Amino acid sequence: MRKAMIRPQDLLCQKPDGLYCPPGDFYVDPVRPVDRAVITHGHGDHARAGHRTVAATPETLAIMAARYGEAYAQTTRSLAYGETLDRDGVEVTLVPAGHILGSAQAVVRWKGLTIVVSGDYKRRRDPTCAPFEPFPCDVFVTEATFGLPVFRHPDDAGEIAKLLRSTEQFGGRCHLVGAYALGKAQRLIRLLREAGWRRPIYVHGAFERLNAVYASFGVDLGPLAPATGEGKQDLAGEIVLAPPSALADRWTRRFADPVAAFASGWMRVRARARQRGVELPLVISDHADWDELCATLAELAPGEVWVTHGREEALVRWARTHGLEAKALALAGYEDEED
Amino acid sequence: MRAFARLLDRLSLTHGRNAKLTLARDFLRETPDPDRGWALAALTGALVFQEAKPAAIRKAVEARMDPVLFAWSYDFVGDLAETVALAWPARPGANREPELSEVVDALRSASRREVQPLIEGWLDALDADGRWALLKLLTGGLRVGLSARLAKQAAADLGDVEVAEIEELWHALRPPYEDLFAWLEGRSERPSAEAPARFRPAMLAQAIDEASDFAKLDPADYAAEWKWDGIRVQAVSERGVRRLWSRTGEDISAAFPDVAQSLTFEGVIDGELLVIRDGRVAPFGDLQQRLNRKSADAKLMAAFPAGVRAYDLLMDGETDLRALPFRERRARLEAFVASAASPRIDLSPLQPFADWQALAALRADPPPGDARCAEGLMLKRWDSIYEPGRPRGPWFKWKRDPHLVDAVLMYAQRGHGKRSSFYSDYTFGVWREEEDGRRALTPVGKAYFGFTDEELKELDKFVRDNTVERFGPVRSVRADQDFGLVLEVAFEGLQRSTRHRSGLAMRFPRISRIRWDKPAREADELATLERMLEQLGA
Repeated sequence: MRKAMIRPQDLLCQKPDGLYCPPGDFYVDPVRPVDRAVITHGHGDHARAGHRTVAATPETLAIMAARYGEAYAQTTRSLAYGETLDRDGVEVTLVPAGHILGSAQAVVRWKGLTIVVSGDYKRRRDPTCAPFEPFPCDVFVTEATFGLPVFRHPDDAGEIAKLLRSTEQFGGRCHLVGAYALGKAQRLIRLLREAGWRRPIYVHGAFERLNAVYASFGVDLGPLAPATGEGKQDLAGEIVLAPPSALADRWTRRFADPVAAFASGWMRVRARARQRGVELPLVISDHADWDELCATLAELAPGEVWVTHGREEALVRWARTHGLEAKALALAGYEDEED
Repeated sequence: MRAFARLLDRLSLTHGRNAKLTLARDFLRETPDPDRGWALAALTGALVFQEAKPAAIRKAVEARMDPVLFAWSYDFVGDLAETVALAWPARPGANREPELSEVVDALRSASRREVQPLIEGWLDALDADGRWALLKLLTGGLRVGLSARLAKQAAADLGDVEVAEIEELWHALRPPYEDLFAWLEGRSERPSAEAPARFRPAMLAQAIDEASDFAKLDPADYAAEWKWDGIRVQAVSERGVRRLWSRTGEDISAAFPDVAQSLTFEGVIDGELLVIRDGRVAPFGDLQQRLNRKSADAKLMAAFPAGVRAYDLLMDGETDLRALPFRERRARLEAFVASAASPRIDLSPLQPFADWQALAALRADPPPGDARCAEGLMLKRWDSIYEPGRPRGPWFKWKRDPHLVDAVLMYAQRGHGKRSSFYSDYTFGVWREEEDGRRALTPVGKAYFGFTDEELKELDKFVRDNTVERFGPVRSVRADQDFGLVLEVAFEGLQRSTRHRSGLAMRFPRISRIRWDKPAREADELATLERMLEQLGA
């Protein structure tokens, strides 16, 4: 009875700054500085600097400190997976989302109503972070970055094998792999290690602080070396990781006839690879693909599905044609182009 | 099928001849017979299926999934085969992935009714890359940027033989080429090339270096003739089989049935394929209307009548002339063309000359008529045997000096491969008076070579420093009356084009000089190009 009287939008509603919880007076992943924020994970579009208080996993807090400096918030509240925080009667618990190190779904409970804000997530194994934990809920708030049936990520081991095969075929060339600096880069390094690549992996300077955060949480990245050391090195036969934006940069000219690779879910579509001048697309994503999105909705069977960002209309349509109530929130400010 | 799919996938995004060659050669080395042979057939265009109709494939996918979601997916991806490959909802319990040879065998024996279920079964069993490769194969045309010649080069590399050897054999071979691979891998003898009307690898000319070559060459040793502006062909008629081969051994007979039918002789002519109207050579643009087609209808053939201008004779009846000197071949060619008496075959006349100065004068100012359409001159040693490939010395081409125009850089696009960090493809324009009387630039062409690596760096810097707008990989740069970079562009010819806003298109444009010194307002006008076009008689 009590449940029927509370509407989900009383617990979480859309505001210009993001998803807001009126009874608990906090935002989840606000896009502008606010008084109280719960942060799902450390990517820049979700974790911004300048909030007064931030509650997040210890890993996410460490990532924010590495990116923005220690003064990124006035106070922080470290919330381990499974630990519950009470905000004026609203309970907030973080459970693993499987997206990147420290990524969490925010479980928000109030008067018997449960809303899960999943942030960004994926369902497949990732050696650098805890796996997604499905949490029964009344409302499931989902991303839809790859919310079209053409996005079905292949097995990541196969993609890594493609890269290694190319280093054998083109031993005189440097393999320059574009990867998002937080999460993707470290996962790629771990996957390469698992596939037996023991040589030093050369990394762009932009990755160094984040690699250190991962190492401090026990992710063994093996030998790394700066790609931009003293003297010009052409790194023929080696693997170099760099942010996607650096792929077509003048920075790359020092390397031996580089093979441009890019690790991203977008690489599934050939035209995307072509537009970026990518020769070796690696379809490796930290987001759920279409099948994972649909399977997650089917598994949780929530009373309502809210779709935040990506290709909302397709996932909403799928949910509705499968008997779920669904709507698009169309939150501004989340990017999906870089993954 | 998996290895073939991987190969196509990588080829489709790989630039650079050497990288493509490595991919193709490794594939041929590592893939067992008969799959590699079928793949080679597909890559060289010797295996063409038109079994799968795109509409039927689309219907099949829409029967399995929400058509609205499929339509949205198609909108996003933009390519039907790729969308189907990615979105195909495979039924569980599919069989193991088919090998390429199984696909080929099954399609060859299938009735029309059986084709669609076969395809759907394969789509269920393959992964996304495999589905994409299958659909490309079945809908005709792989289009992954690997020429037939490069595929043959990859095979040649496998056995460390000259590609000319493979080209000479090629038309006696049948897929899946097990005999070819056995020979290349040293397991058996060279297959026989004795098929009638086969292709003989062509002898090619070197570009002459005016500064150094003429001093060393005796004019009495060389014959000269015009370098016709068509495409090089080999016209063959042997034991009732008539074929027209391109320079690289592609059979183009089907596109030129008018010419093929007129080969009423027994032998092999080397010559230039041209559009010849009322005995006069038409510009290259006319010939282009007939190139790269699978067939030609009567209307097209009447509008653009083709013929062969003969300049060498490789076989006279059953006698192989290739080991004879050019002087003797030429004499036999003249008699051969006269006795063939075909309206579509004429003789490329020799141009007598006393010394190099006289020849230079002829080249600079060709007499009225066909010679005005020539690209320059050919020099052939009187004693040269017909030797496949591009030997140094016996044959030279001496092209006319290119046309030059001063244009203004308007857009630049990032290059590929080694040049991916450089803006290396340049679109340039010339001034035109707009209706309101203002002068504006109109693009007239695009060039991506002709400059040194050092100049490329300077050009790249200019583009980055003067970018006005960005559209994906393209930048527009500042180009107006008061500011802009003038490029001296060299090109071989001009023709009318409805595809370009300026109404004309350049042949073979390249950057010949960067005019850092020249003010943009002093670049050439469209009218200058229009006048050139008239002089060229187009």
